[in-house]
Amino acid sequence: MLKTTPLNATHRELGAKMVDFGGWDMPVNYGSQIEEHHAVRSGCGLFDVSHMLPLDIRGDNVRGFLRRLVANNVDKLQVSGKALYSCMLNEAGGVIDDLIIYFMDESWFRLVVNAGTADKDLAWMEKMNAEWGTKLTLTPRRDLAMVAIQGPKAAEVLNHALPGVDAITSTLKPFNAAAMGEMFVARTGYTGEDGFEVMILAKAAPMFWRALMEAGGRPIGLGARDTLRLEAGMNLYGQDMDETTSPLESGLAWTVDLKAERDFVGRRALEASEVTKQLVGLVLLDKGVLRSHQKVHTKNGDGEITSGTFSPTMQQSIALARIPLGIAPGETVEVEIRDKKLTAKVVKYPFVRNGKILI
Amino acid sequence: MSIPADLKYTPSHEWVRVETDGTLTVGITHHAQDLLGDMVFVENPAVGRTLAKGEECAVVESVKAASDVYAPVAGEVVATNGDVESSPEAINQDAYAAWMFKLKPADAGAVGELLDAAAYQKLVESEAH
Repeated sequence: MLKTTPLNATHRELGAKMVDFGGWDMPVNYGSQIEEHHAVRSGCGLFDVSHMLPLDIRGDNVRGFLRRLVANNVDKLQVSGKALYSCMLNEAGGVIDDLIIYFMDESWFRLVVNAGTADKDLAWMEKMNAEWGTKLTLTPRRDLAMVAIQGPKAAEVLNHALPGVDAITSTLKPFNAAAMGEMFVARTGYTGEDGFEVMILAKAAPMFWRALMEAGGRPIGLGARDTLRLEAGMNLYGQDMDETTSPLESGLAWTVDLKAERDFVGRRALEASEVTKQLVGLVLLDKGVLRSHQKVHTKNGDGEITSGTFSPTMQQSIALARIPLGIAPGETVEVEIRDKKLTAKVVKYPFVRNGKILI
Repeated sequence: MSIPADLKYTPSHEWVRVETDGTLTVGITHHAQDLLGDMVFVENPAVGRTLAKGEECAVVESVKAASDVYAPVAGEVVATNGDVESSPEAINQDAYAAWMFKLKPADAGAVGELLDAAAYQKLVESEAH
């Protein structure tokens, strides 16, 4: 039996093609994935991301708990509403999950974790909570739906759909959030465009979705979500990194804070490890489509594509690949696609931000 | 979309049209393109290549996934459609017009073993459940 979000019936009414996405019955597209992709880059797209789990951590010294739990430093969060992207590591320095942490006040932080890892994450956090005797309350918020409103017209659409929200959207800076009763509005996303992620009580979600559509938002499936995030150079958990890979070899060194004296889980393993690989962007120069697990041949040894697709914005194939160190942007590599070896150029990603091609 | 009655089909979702000169025109079905989504890449076999029945001979790729195309019968490739290679989305627009390649069958009777429209319809319905 697949799990469903509070918007499941809405997706079906809209004629979405539904797929089993890690045990969730989710829309992969509502017609054309490529049209949906362009709609987000040029207008405003709506994503049901209710399969992801908001998780409230409350109690005394939540900050102290998170200092030890995650690889990025929550001391960067000093203003209420500020968000931080981080990995949560295991003792070996592998990535248990990547997540967003919102600091609301010293006794309340909200985390948003991936759908496929939610149970595992919660169990891990409860285990640490018990081990460290921190006595915090961890509350999974399955009573909330989450809708991402993304694109250059996102603020306009959200303001139309939700009278009064402009008091928040007009002042909310990127990577910040504000709570309004049970509603939670964050200026975050997974597309490389301006946009918001709004958490709202599950029962109110279908009406909210319809209001967003009437205001000009277009429903976008998980298919376009993947091409958008890849163009934006954002990692996908389970593909670009997992429990067996180091964040330092996954393009996530910028999220690992080794400056502060802070004993977080996985730190010792990371500091003892030798980094030999890097995550780079690839642009395919020949015709074809890069896909995950394709082998990459470089002058310094072999690597592998972790995520690959056809970029609707660039009209060519792009990928993230984990390859040996010492291969610089501008150099070419060979990718094995079926029985052929095709040429790809190493590039610095993101590929696309705010509707513009950066490569 | 209805399944054209004048074509033959394979269980791997190719359609085949018998031309008056006996050559076979091959493409992928509407159902196949619907499963794959927006097409972005087509690779046809080389003209002159001899194919065994069921041999992987072409590739179609959508944004989502790559899918092999198989030779419906044994034969020699006599033509390929460059238009679908440069505009793969033509398959999404009209799968039965956007042919991929033409075969000269090794055995003119082999096409008789393929599915007719009614049998293919049944197959599509059974896959939907």
